[in-house]
Amino acid sequence: MSVMTMVQAINNALDIKLNEDSTVVIYGEDVGVEGGVFRVTEGLQKKYGVERVFDSPLAESAIVGTALGMAVSGLKPIVELQFDGFTYPAFNQIASNVSRMQNRSRGKFTVPMVIRFPYGGGINALEHHSDSPEALYAHLPGLKVVVPSTPYDAKGLLIAAIESNDPVVFMEPKRIYRAIKQEVPDEKYSLPLGKAKVIQDGSDVTVVAYGAMIRECQKAIAMAEEAGISVELIDLRSIYPIDRETIRNSVRKTGRMIAVAEAHESFSVGSELIAITNEEAFLYLEAPPRRVMGYDTVVPLAQGEKFYIISPDRIFYEIEKTVKF
Amino acid sequence: MTQNDLPAIFREFNPIEDKMLSIIDNEGHVVNKKWMPALDDATIVSAYKQMYYERVADEMAISYQRQGRIFTYTPNLGQEAIHIAAGMNIRKEDWLVPAFREMGTLLAKGVTMKEMFLFYMGNEQGGSFQNANHTLPISISIGTQLHHATGIGYSVKYRKKNEAVFTFIGDGGTSEGDFSEALNFAGVWQVPVVFTIQNNQYAISVPTRSQTKSINLAVKSVAFGIPGIKVDGNDFFAMYLAYQTAARYALSGKGPVLIEAFTYRLGAHTTSDDPTKYRSKKEETEWGLIDPLIRLRRYMENEGIWNIDVDKLTDEYKQQINQQFLEAEQNKAYSHDEVFAYMYTDMPDDLKRQKAEYEQFLSWKENRK
Repeated sequence: MSVMTMVQAINNALDIKLNEDSTVVIYGEDVGVEGGVFRVTEGLQKKYGVERVFDSPLAESAIVGTALGMAVSGLKPIVELQFDGFTYPAFNQIASNVSRMQNRSRGKFTVPMVIRFPYGGGINALEHHSDSPEALYAHLPGLKVVVPSTPYDAKGLLIAAIESNDPVVFMEPKRIYRAIKQEVPDEKYSLPLGKAKVIQDGSDVTVVAYGAMIRECQKAIAMAEEAGISVELIDLRSIYPIDRETIRNSVRKTGRMIAVAEAHESFSVGSELIAITNEEAFLYLEAPPRRVMGYDTVVPLAQGEKFYIISPDRIFYEIEKTVKF
Repeated sequence: MTQNDLPAIFREFNPIEDKMLSIIDNEGHVVNKKWMPALDDATIVSAYKQMYYERVADEMAISYQRQGRIFTYTPNLGQEAIHIAAGMNIRKEDWLVPAFREMGTLLAKGVTMKEMFLFYMGNEQGGSFQNANHTLPISISIGTQLHHATGIGYSVKYRKKNEAVFTFIGDGGTSEGDFSEALNFAGVWQVPVVFTIQNNQYAISVPTRSQTKSINLAVKSVAFGIPGIKVDGNDFFAMYLAYQTAARYALSGKGPVLIEAFTYRLGAHTTSDDPTKYRSKKEETEWGLIDPLIRLRRYMENEGIWNIDVDKLTDEYKQQINQQFLEAEQNKAYSHDEVFAYMYTDMPDDLKRQKAEYEQFLSWKENRK
């Protein structure tokens, strides 16, 4: 066991896979010499050489498109896109090819690749550095979309993502890259993709969240407990496949569901969670399911971000409203 | 890359000077003897037959489409010299990353007309080329396939395989960002990729002069530091030499090559397109006179090696192709399982649920009869 931040846990997962599998290569902008703008790949080029960990020219579509070529010809590429808002130039490759090649080739080619990128707000960043585009990617058939919320989960989920024969979009909550430290096993382990985790049992309301919002929900739950409200907290961990069963079991027990995420509310993961709640637990509901999410606006720059980002007291406010409905 | 590292044809036909490599003229006379590839008569006859097979298959496909027996089809008419010259220089272990208008190259790689027909009947099984080694499916999304070729090039180099990668794009595709990005990445990574632009003068209705201010398309290689050459795409020998040289260059580890094959799409963009809306009959007729099949035949006649009984060959090919077509037509076994089966290596629960719900509907429908 070692105490690790999420950055360290992800670096450790990459290190383990580079070490045990010579078909794994890592590239992207600044990931080689510099070790990435967030230092997630720090030290890996030195350890594994420039053929396996390298800086690519600056073009996201090419980074992702070439990775597809590598994946269909015997390699397991892990590419880093520098920020959430810089994934859009690669969207055509992801939507038109990465997600479709296995189906298009009728299984002749599989696409074992991972697209990693930091996502989410709360770091006083420039434009295009605070987006949460998980719904865009989860909507594309053929992809898996994973969002860890802790160092332990980040390591286990990333190893599973690298070992998956399907392409995985791995979104890293940059706001908590270094904010949480946790004991993480030094050896290799993996966590199943598509399985949510019940972080805390409760009986009055189910809160479903993921990524950086888990920590905000935990703060809100502490406020709720003081107010005598028992909250069940689910960390989705995998956006697609989504763990219907865990949501169903929880909402049938509590009768209430609140989805919390930083992404824009309309046509979102929160919308999907409400659909699942209605489909799976309609007759158990005590209150309308709710979304506590970002607005259908661009994420504001630093001065305006406080109006956009979901705070613990806002989550608590919605919990209380739903329980009192 | 210095000029001295370049094979001689790249120096002699420098795209900056807008030179184009031709070896035979429109009458089939050798005008550039120095560059004539050393091919024996049997190889030349075989090349003509392959080009003719593609031509007959194309015409039959258009006819089947008119009969409503296949859906939208993308004819290759007029571009056969490029396809067969490439096909003859691509080995089994080399990679082919196609766009959608190089059928002759696919056939040379082991794809069958049955598969082509199946694809144009709307069955993904046909377009997946299960039995063609190292061949990616048809790419409809313009230009995106160039990145896949570059990535395969990296993989080949990384795994120290003696394999080259051949990929195709049209003149319109060169305006896509992916075209420039792929040439840039391939140059930086120095990977064994042979890029071909089939400049057939039109991207559907838009002429090449509306795509670029460049004097030609091969010259775009210069900015990326890779060799490029403009080649007469209707001259089989010029195309053959270009591919032979490019493949050797790529396999020698020197990096990628860009070939502009200057040609003309004698047919429509697809069977849904009507070229009379955007080009003149006169233009079509003029290009028709320098059809690559006509030029190669004239050469063979001039050299006294023309021994093909065209009527007999036509009958033979028609019969073969029709047989392949009927086999494709009889293949109706597209089950709903196939819609779901290939999206993931392990099917997610939500897909299983959606499939089960569809099956419940099917059994409801069955019981209702």
